[in-house]
Amino acid sequence: MAPLIVPLVKIGLLVFALLTAAAYLVLLERWIAAWVQDRKGPNRVGIPLTSIKLFGLGQPLADGLKFIFKEEYTPAHVDKALYTLAPITILAAALAIFAVIPIGSVLPLDLPGTDGPIKLVVAPGVDVGMIYVFALSSIAVYGVILGGWASNNKYSFLGGLRSSAQLIAYEIPLGLGILGVVISTGSLRLENIIFEQAQSGVWNSFTQPLGLVVFVVASFAEAARLPFDLPECEQELIGGYHTEYSGMRLLLFLIAEFLHMVVAAFLIVILFFGGWHFWGMPVPADDIISWSVAGLRILVLIAKVLAVILFFMLIRWSWPRFRFDQLMNLAWKVMLPLGLVNLMAVAAVVEYQHAREIEDLSTNAWLPVGIGWGVAIVAWIVAALFAPLHTDNRPRLDVLQPPAFEPNSLRSK
Amino acid sequence: MKPTDPKIKWIEEPKLGLAGKMYLPLFVQGLSTTAKHLFSPKVTVSFPEARPQIGNPLIYRGVHRLNKDSQGRVKCVACFLCATACPAHCIDIVGVESPWPDREKYPQSFTIDELRCIFCGMCEEACPVDAIELTSLCDLTGRSREELIFDKEKLLSVYDQTKDAEPMKSNSLGGTL
Repeated sequence: MAPLIVPLVKIGLLVFALLTAAAYLVLLERWIAAWVQDRKGPNRVGIPLTSIKLFGLGQPLADGLKFIFKEEYTPAHVDKALYTLAPITILAAALAIFAVIPIGSVLPLDLPGTDGPIKLVVAPGVDVGMIYVFALSSIAVYGVILGGWASNNKYSFLGGLRSSAQLIAYEIPLGLGILGVVISTGSLRLENIIFEQAQSGVWNSFTQPLGLVVFVVASFAEAARLPFDLPECEQELIGGYHTEYSGMRLLLFLIAEFLHMVVAAFLIVILFFGGWHFWGMPVPADDIISWSVAGLRILVLIAKVLAVILFFMLIRWSWPRFRFDQLMNLAWKVMLPLGLVNLMAVAAVVEYQHAREIEDLSTNAWLPVGIGWGVAIVAWIVAALFAPLHTDNRPRLDVLQPPAFEPNSLRSK
Repeated sequence: MKPTDPKIKWIEEPKLGLAGKMYLPLFVQGLSTTAKHLFSPKVTVSFPEARPQIGNPLIYRGVHRLNKDSQGRVKCVACFLCATACPAHCIDIVGVESPWPDREKYPQSFTIDELRCIFCGMCEEACPVDAIELTSLCDLTGRSREELIFDKEKLLSVYDQTKDAEPMKSNSLGGTL
């Protein structure tokens, strides 16, 4: 029984935790928004039926109740099947990504029928972990496109179109950022990627700063957060692909959006900031780990993820949105070359270490760090000098032809 | 207007220096501005617990009151200037012959529909005897539309309620009567 029960308990706990976390991230986002704008933010709703306010920690409950009791309106002109399928697709894909994401390392709990300590991953030991994450995050695009298409609304459709172009463009830098880490680690398993960094004590962000920048920018775009939230920008497209949605279906979209941000934060922490590792923490093998170390690892990982999420939210209020042509230029003319440069540098370092047969990476850790930073600074300056991000969007007078359109000539036919 | 029109004056945007093209200085600048505001004092007033600070009660335009003279009589002489000046037509006065010798008329009834009122303060400006004034009471609420049609008694009671905190403006500004 235990081999079946343990994963089920894990899934239940994870889904509950994720949905709660998404609800509280909405509160956090509103708080940050308020504080940055010198307001106080939601601080009224506390325990229901009492006057205890608890700094507004009851707000997610009230928001959830509001969404549940709202009318779930289906416009007459939508494609009903796809209209319902879209939010389900996007949320299911967003939740499924967490199957391979380790929340901490292991728990030293020896249950009968299980082999060894319980791993804090729903699907432990998936050898294609990174590819799985990548594949499912691509499926999330379908939810957006389906929602935009099924809504049968021009604003939704424009949001869906923008989303498809944007996500496809940014999947390449995202993949390049991941590829650098995968090459230097030699494994696609997220647990291995963390363990490698913990063993050497040198996080991938030190050896691949360029990869980190490319990956972070691409994951902002993948999560459709500002400054890349063109699929749903309120000022231009009302709500983008979820213009026509209301009630629970809208809630599913919003939860999925926040889960994308959580996934991005987890991936940034795991790939580039050492996951549950922090200097001074012991790194014992999985089968002799103590409860205190196991708990500390979970805390460190969650703290890092929260810090990244805070960064996401601060960026939202610091940077204005890109224009769409700038967004595309950034993806194809800046991030793609920078990702390739990073990949080449990482590959060269790994190949050098293989050739010199350097086995113990921790003693020679500072060589890749120096090369990584040198390459990053040079590539950054070169990219800046070429300045491919055009801020000028005036009509180009040198190529502009006088308009040949004459209404009378059309009318006479 | 066509883009090739010679009347259009195209303005060159300022050129970015290397630091601007590098993005990082601007990035740090933006983030530090945001972070600074994150911890700066907040301007929100937690309303029911904390009352808003009204800068100058003399010029604030809140709920109306009808002033009383030194003998406790209503100051209004039912001249209808406020009702005439009112752009929202929210003042309704019934003037009758005054029982007192110092004036000809006085208002038998004086009602203001606070829901119609746009709080422009023109009644206050029009009044020749400084009888109608706008106080600094800003939390005007009621449970029905009828409740917010203030009659003479209500308006006089607003005077009694606010006369200590806000003395009559005509007194402080050197007015008459």
